[in-house]
Amino acid sequence: MLTLLKRDLTLAFRTGSSLILGIAFFLIILVIIPLSLEPSKKILITIAPGIFWVGVLLACLLSLDRIFQLDIEDGTLEVLSISPLPIEGTILAKTFAHWLTTCLPLILLVPIASILYGISKEGAIWIIISLLSGTPALSMIGAFAASLTLGLKRGSLLLSLLVLPLYIPTLIFGTEVIRKSMMDLPVTTPLVFLIAITASSIAILPILTGAAIKINLR
Amino acid sequence: MSFWKYTNPNKFMAISEKLLPVFSILTVLLISIGLIWGFFFTPDDFRMGSTVKIIYLHVPSALIAINTWFVMLIGSLIWLIRRHHVSVLISKSAAPIGLIMTIVALITGAIWGQPMWGTFWAWDPRLTSFLILFFFYLGYIALWQSVDNHDKVADLASLLCLVGSVFAILSRYAVNFWNQGLHQGASLSLDKEENVSNVFWFPLIVSITGFLFLFVTLLLIKTRTEIRLKQLSKVLAANKLG
Repeated sequence: MLTLLKRDLTLAFRTGSSLILGIAFFLIILVIIPLSLEPSKKILITIAPGIFWVGVLLACLLSLDRIFQLDIEDGTLEVLSISPLPIEGTILAKTFAHWLTTCLPLILLVPIASILYGISKEGAIWIIISLLSGTPALSMIGAFAASLTLGLKRGSLLLSLLVLPLYIPTLIFGTEVIRKSMMDLPVTTPLVFLIAITASSIAILPILTGAAIKINLR
Repeated sequence: MSFWKYTNPNKFMAISEKLLPVFSILTVLLISIGLIWGFFFTPDDFRMGSTVKIIYLHVPSALIAINTWFVMLIGSLIWLIRRHHVSVLISKSAAPIGLIMTIVALITGAIWGQPMWGTFWAWDPRLTSFLILFFFYLGYIALWQSVDNHDKVADLASLLCLVGSVFAILSRYAVNFWNQGLHQGASLSLDKEENVSNVFWFPLIVSITGFLFLFVTLLLIKTRTEIRLKQLSKVLAANKLG
């Protein structure tokens, strides 16, 4: 599993472009939305949690089909599915690699990006906490949806239609954590829900994703 | 004799052929009684005026829209566990009906909301979760249409239906959490003495029963078409090989 993780990470870093593209996409979304609004600090601060989450979500969505696509095209996935490592392990490793290369860099950018929106230091910390506890669910749910659309020609459009409704609960609880923290209200309830979604996705979805991949390879 | 014998496509075709005319007549009768009674022979509500009459379309369609997803879930589960072709075809056929019912519920709700709340749309939990349900139906139908291999797509769509059910319920609670409601409480529930005044209650029940039969009738027609299509494609494939 570690070897697989290392392989996926090496591949991502050697090709590089997708990594940088994701970051650039996230930044340009953050820049373009204030340009379409009145540039008052009050508005920006109220919409910031939503924009950060939507930015991460879209950047994540863009890279989803890459989780399995290359490996199914050259047959690697077929080999992996009959290897001694259970398919669920393969999926976890690949999803974790996706999270490390797509979501984590964006989370590391939050302190810088929050300056753009005039968010305080505590606010930035809460944004990071909410993203850290929610984005693994985004990667996992995305891997499941990607496994449904494996080997389709118009897959990426269908993928967004399938995956975005599934992202709604994560998005709502994630932004709720930030909003509550900005209003100095207790954040426990949404944070617990967010972590629960992440934990249960990681526990259950690899099995279903494995089933979907096996169906596709049949 | 077991219930499962109807999962044989031929048995299903035979029995549904007999049931279909009965259900169609019941549908037409009940819906026309319910709607005509509701529209012309009930008094106006003292607060809502005549707009209250849209309830006879809004409540039944909303009810069917939600419960169609449960029909799909059960069909998908039976397919995944027991591999009965009819059950997955029922799920497939139910999805467009659910989609249309969701749209009807949203539109009638908007028409009702305009005079009552002064707005066609509000980001109320119930309204929002219905819109989300609409997208779940769209995704499910789109997945069915994108793959050619029948058994493969049946498996994939059933998986999506399972996961989608969990996330749809989760979204329902998430939006509840996210915004307070404008929508009134449930119009119908079993544990209350009187939900709506009896004058409105009886035609509403007739109309709901009519919509229920409408759903079953449409579902039977659509499923029969799907079974025929599948048999046809088998015949065509056999001819091509031979």
